[in-house]
Amino acid sequence: MMEQIIDIISWIMLTSGGFFVLIGGIGALRLPNFYTRMHAASVTDTMGTFLILGGVILQAGFTLAAIKLLAILAFLLLTSPTASYALASAAILSGLKPETKAMLDEGAKAQ
Amino acid sequence: MELLGYYNYWVFAIVLMIGFYAVIVSNNLIKKLLGLAIFQSAVFLMYITMDKVEGGTAPIIQAGVTDQIYSNPLPQVLILTAIVVGVSTTALGLAIVVRIKEAYGTIEEDEILAQDRPS
Amino acid sequence: MIIIFAVFLLTLLVITAIGIVRAENLFVAVMLTSIFSLIMAANFFILDAADVALTEAAIGAGVTTVIFLGALSLTAEREKKVDVSRGLAICVVVATALVLIYATFDKPRLGDPEAPVHQHVAPWYLSETETLIGIPNVVTAVLGSYRAYDTLGEVFVVLAACIGVLFLFSARREKKNDNTLNSLTSPKSIGLQHHFIPRVVGRILLPFIILFGLYVQFHGEYGPGGGFQAGAILATGIILFALLEGEQRALAAIPSRALLWMVAGGAMLYSLVGVVGLLLGGNFLDYSVLSTDPVFGQQIGIILIELGVGITVCGALLSIFHAFAARENY
Repeated sequence: MMEQIIDIISWIMLTSGGFFVLIGGIGALRLPNFYTRMHAASVTDTMGTFLILGGVILQAGFTLAAIKLLAILAFLLLTSPTASYALASAAILSGLKPETKAMLDEGAKAQ
Repeated sequence: MELLGYYNYWVFAIVLMIGFYAVIVSNNLIKKLLGLAIFQSAVFLMYITMDKVEGGTAPIIQAGVTDQIYSNPLPQVLILTAIVVGVSTTALGLAIVVRIKEAYGTIEEDEILAQDRPS
Repeated sequence: MIIIFAVFLLTLLVITAIGIVRAENLFVAVMLTSIFSLIMAANFFILDAADVALTEAAIGAGVTTVIFLGALSLTAEREKKVDVSRGLAICVVVATALVLIYATFDKPRLGDPEAPVHQHVAPWYLSETETLIGIPNVVTAVLGSYRAYDTLGEVFVVLAACIGVLFLFSARREKKNDNTLNSLTSPKSIGLQHHFIPRVVGRILLPFIILFGLYVQFHGEYGPGGGFQAGAILATGIILFALLEGEQRALAAIPSRALLWMVAGGAMLYSLVGVVGLLLGGNFLDYSVLSTDPVFGQQIGIILIELGVGITVCGALLSIFHAFAARENY
């Protein structure tokens, strides 16, 4: 009974993790602006990673592999948002301005 | 399984030729080096494809488990050496490109040849 | 099930390669090459080559990208568009690809245990390593003991490449006229000091990176790992420190003289183990004479030469990085 519950939970986590990664990928392709695309890509880094690795940890049980997976999860959760931050600040420093609603309205009015 | 085996070799041939195309067609010296890196990686893929045994696992002998099939360790050793040699030659090539840029002012091949041609 | 995954990764490989060739912005091409190396490492792992996957990820996706970016910052950023007809090149390339694909139909199918490559030396390695050397990782045993001479040559190749890069960059170029800033305070050498978050995270991560590099070095006999991967991981950690805190602080931590000693010292350690084998009555690079128990002697020999390899690779990669990074200030 316990194995079945763990199996069902890990199935749900893995599938929803894959779903979030897919959303991140579609968002990175279809959103209009650099900053909005980075928002979408960061979904893959955090939610997708957490769910997929959580599902795999549940499947691994109480072995050494589960501890290694926990370490991987900790390091990924620490480094991926830092990489997104570094990317965004590099973009701001090189002059790419995020488009606010006022600028978009001006652009639409000017056309 | 048979199609997958051939697919590995076909991808090797295609990526090899893409890298070769980048080397012979590019005007930019750094693009040539990138093509060379792709070329090397394709060769690694072919060697590692040859080492897989059906139902095998990585060649790390597990204590106490008999009659476990292991994959072939020999191509892996050769490719380990080749990867490190590859990065060494890439670094040396990039150093030469940087010096060419300082001497000629450009890294486009036609401009370098035009500067060298006696006018 | 794994077949679909493998086919998908291989197709991604072809698409990335085409993307690299067609990218005009060189920065994009270098980033795509890093992704290409990572996908290649995943492919290697599916094909049961764990050591090679670790090496390709550490060296191909890590160090090669940094060296390419260093060279890019010293040269151009875009490729010049040339309008020349490529017909002959495309014909030659397509014809050669078709000939290669035709030739691959003669190869044994993937995973065939009866293929000639699995018949001669490999079964002997797999069966005799337990009794002769006693370590579980057969790849490290072959690399370090049965084929130690090849690995010695490889260490010398790394040494020669490092010497070559240092020679090429030892000539100073003409000074620019407005080079009045002191190099210690110029923005190029203070790293990313005005970025607070990457510096904090980098400081948290750096001890773990070095610990992981040492783990990979000394566990190369029991799992995937060894000298090359460990050297690359250690070099990458210190390159991270140099990127975050500035190259001057990284040079203060490990000065160039120490790096030169590392590069030469690792190769010297390797050769010394071989010569000690000669002096104790065996052949060159014969580890069985290093101790009264030949199996233990083999293990001592492998640990020592992997240490030599790791030190040389780490020193060489760091020297090359510092040579590229310091070129801007000349």
